[in-house]
This record gives sequence, C-alpha cells and structure tokens, in this order.
Amino acid sequence: MSEETVSHVRYIDKTRAYYQAEGYGKSYEWAHFEDIPFTPFASVGRALSQCRVGVVTTSEIARRDAEAGSDDPRRLVYSLPTDLPVDQLYSKKASYDRYATSLDDVDSYLPLTHLHSFIAEGRIGAVAPRFQVIYSEYSQRKTLTVDAPEILKQMREDRVDVAVLAAV
Amino acid sequence: MSLAARHLEANGIPTVLFGCARDIVEHCAVPRFVFSDFPLGNPTGKPYDLDMQRAVLSLGLDLLVSASAPGTTVVTPYEWSADHSWKDKVFSKAQPFLDPEATKTWLERKETYRALKGTGTL
Repeated sequence: MSEETVSHVRYIDKTRAYYQAEGYGKSYEWAHFEDIPFTPFASVGRALSQCRVGVVTTSEIARRDAEAGSDDPRRLVYSLPTDLPVDQLYSKKASYDRYATSLDDVDSYLPLTHLHSFIAEGRIGAVAPRFQVIYSEYSQRKTLTVDAPEILKQMREDRVDVAVLAAV
Repeated sequence: MSLAARHLEANGIPTVLFGCARDIVEHCAVPRFVFSDFPLGNPTGKPYDLDMQRAVLSLGLDLLVSASAPGTTVVTPYEWSADHSWKDKVFSKAQPFLDPEATKTWLERKETYRALKGTGTL
C-alpha cells in the first residue's frame, strides 16, 4: 500500500504531474489565500429553523425536459428552480472520477431532496426558490469578478440567509 | 467554488462548502468545509445512499451554526470502500481524467474563452 492510500489524494501535486506529462507546460497556480473571510452564524439573527438556505453547485446540471441548446461560450452562472424533482435533472459535467463513481444520483452532489426533507422537519426554514450553477473555471479572475458577484446578487434578491455549496 | 464561498462570506452570508478535494479547498482557504474522502463527484454522500447523504448534509448544517472561527474542516466518518486503490489511479496515465471528447471540448473552451477575453466580452 502506498503512502497515498492511507490519506486523502493530493490533487494539486497529482494534476501538476499529470498535465506536465501531457505536455501542457506551465503548472496551474491554484488559488491560495492566507486570510479567510468569516461571517458568524449569530450575525444572521435567527435560528437555522427560520433561515432560508441558498444552494450552489458546480455540477453543470440541466433539466431533462429542456431542449438541448448549445452551451453558453461565456460559461456564466445560471439558475434553476429548487422545487424541481431531482429525477428531472441530470449533470453534464465531464470532470469527475468517472472510473470510481457516477453522477447518476443528483442528491449525491446537489442535495435538494434532503433540504426539502429538512424543511418539512423544521430543521431549516426554507430553501431559496432557485439554485445557482457555477462552472469550474481556469480563470480565477472570472470566478472572482463575474461569477461570484452574480451568485451574491441572486442570493440577495432571494433573501438568502446561509449558503450550501457543493463542489463536484 | 471556494472563491465563491469566500465572496459570499465576505459579503455577509455564512457558507458551508462540501467537497472531496481537501488539499485544493484548504489551499484556497474557505470558512467552513465538510470533507468526504471520496472520489471526485459525490461531495454530499454516496450515490443512492440516502441515509449517508442526509447525514453529510446534516453535518454541514451543524457546522454552519457551530463554527466559531474560519477555516474549520469537518471530515465525514465514511469510507468510500475498503479498497483505497482508486486514490492511486486518479490522474494517472492508465485513467485519463477526461475522455477524448471531453478533452477536445475543454481545449476548445479554452480557446473560446481567450477569444472572448481578448474582445472584452468577458
């Protein structure tokens, strides 16, 4: 057993070696910060059972009943209703471990069914009417200046109190 | 995604991020992180394991409320399989991360993005 199998995968090292071997030259510089922003939950001013939860996914999810259009070349943030049954959704994302797992079960990466259960049980107050889909981008500048502000804008419009983000 | 979590948090919305790439998320540094030591793809529990998915989401909601400092990681108590060989195979020559069609799409997107950026569209 290699050392790696007893701890988590080092993706930064692995991808660097992988893409260099593929001839891509300069290594990708993963985003890195020393400081971490923090909004204490107490600042929301209400119990979780009264909170409206926003949801963000990188799963490139689409509706099964929608016509397959061409992908947006700008790859901008888009949203879909959170009250869609998960069996009406599917992921178009290609970048996941396709050898070890699948994206066939939406709730394994976009937990809409369970959030609705938690509403029914009084654990959370509500879920936002729409969730946001953000592409995993090479450009950190785009994520920081275009995508993240758009998600914030939509969440403010939806009066979101707290946010759940699930990265495929 | 980590950058988006940081942006929301910096603007007054508490966040919790679920993910399977611990080193990447912690390198970026997010306020609250629920890590599952799973293959990339299922950050909120194994496919079709509803009990696990519910428990993972619950851990995240608990963390949203309980975290008293930024940079808190909670590790879910689940193992993907007794056999950890999937970890060795990730990003290996034997298992190209993207299939040929997805690789082609990825390269085309990069070119499109460069062009849009060059015209100021993005």
